[in-house]
Amino acid sequence: MDMVTTLLLAFISIVIINNLVFTKFLGICPYLGVSGRIDMAFGMGMAVTFVVTLSGTMTWMIDNWILMKLGLEVTRYVCFILVIAGAVQLVEMYVRKFFPSLYDSFGIFLPLITTNCAILGLCLFINLWEVDSLIEAVVLSFGAGIGFTMAICIMAGIRENLNLADVPDCLKGAPITLITAGLLALAFMGFAGMIR
Amino acid sequence: MADESQPTTALYKQTLLAGLWRENPVFRLLLGMCPTLAVTAAVKPAFTMGCCVIFVLVCSNIIVSLMRNLLKPHLRILMFTLTIATFVTIADLFLKAFVPRMSETLGPYVPLIIVNCIIICRAEACASKNPLLVSIIDALGMGAGFTLTLCVLASIRELLSTGMIFEVQVMPDAFVPWAAMSMPVGAFITLGLLLGLVNIISRSRS
Repeated sequence: MDMVTTLLLAFISIVIINNLVFTKFLGICPYLGVSGRIDMAFGMGMAVTFVVTLSGTMTWMIDNWILMKLGLEVTRYVCFILVIAGAVQLVEMYVRKFFPSLYDSFGIFLPLITTNCAILGLCLFINLWEVDSLIEAVVLSFGAGIGFTMAICIMAGIRENLNLADVPDCLKGAPITLITAGLLALAFMGFAGMIR
Repeated sequence: MADESQPTTALYKQTLLAGLWRENPVFRLLLGMCPTLAVTAAVKPAFTMGCCVIFVLVCSNIIVSLMRNLLKPHLRILMFTLTIATFVTIADLFLKAFVPRMSETLGPYVPLIIVNCIIICRAEACASKNPLLVSIIDALGMGAGFTLTLCVLASIRELLSTGMIFEVQVMPDAFVPWAAMSMPVGAFITLGLLLGLVNIISRSRS
């Protein structure tokens, strides 16, 4: 029972309180780039969730079971980025084979997940927070993906309405998106300190 | 000879200056937003971050430019990333050894330089096509532009959130600090308004 509570708290904390986009500024590039339409945003969120769960789990295993045993922590970053690139390649092959139409609509954004800072960032944060059980690492990585999906979907919903609004000329595009994100971050600040 | 060297010097100067305004990585190309927002709560970490980025950018551009003829197209990005990751590890270990407190403040944002789009973008767009000298100059220009932008953003935020710049008091005692400016809200909104300002300036020029 105790374990379940810990995991549940970890999940809620990574989705809402330590949301990667609003409190850690990770994954801003796709956040600005793909949040124009809500269906694209959701697809992107799902792809990121998959990759982040896979790579978060694998980097934890490699870090704890191989690198730390052999004293090779120096090569940590190189290993992490290799794992992420591999996971993205896997997802790309899978999507191309089984969902060709989805693959076409993603275009360049799918390989770009490799350089999505949310994924490497999460792997590094798991390492920094000294998560010591595999299951907690899995829950945290999955929660991070869900948190990203939530953030990007909220943003896409707002931006679809923003198209109808009368925005000053100089603020059109990225500036107003950033300001909206700021207001959203303000709202999410209200959750700070809810756990721990 | 004079005729030949004149246009190349002009080209070098143009490449160097491009990063500062015309192709400024943050304001114009919207690259590297993650560190731009995350480390600009104060000027000192912003400046350190800028220096790290310049170091990694220059080193990786040198390596990529030297091996540009050996690269296979489909393995290109992987080679770039591995090169960058190596230099980022060096920079990270350096910070940990010589400025441990700054390294703690920056935390995971130093290793996150690996996935900073600016560096991959410059490797792809410049270093993999150009000879060594042009690549180095391009890296210096882009890095300087990035650092300058970071410092501008950080000084605005540090000034409004604490009344200090570079940890030196500049505002009168009566100034009430805006705590929100050092939080994520301040980062997003300041950058949004700065981008708007840049839009106004570049439009009135053209």
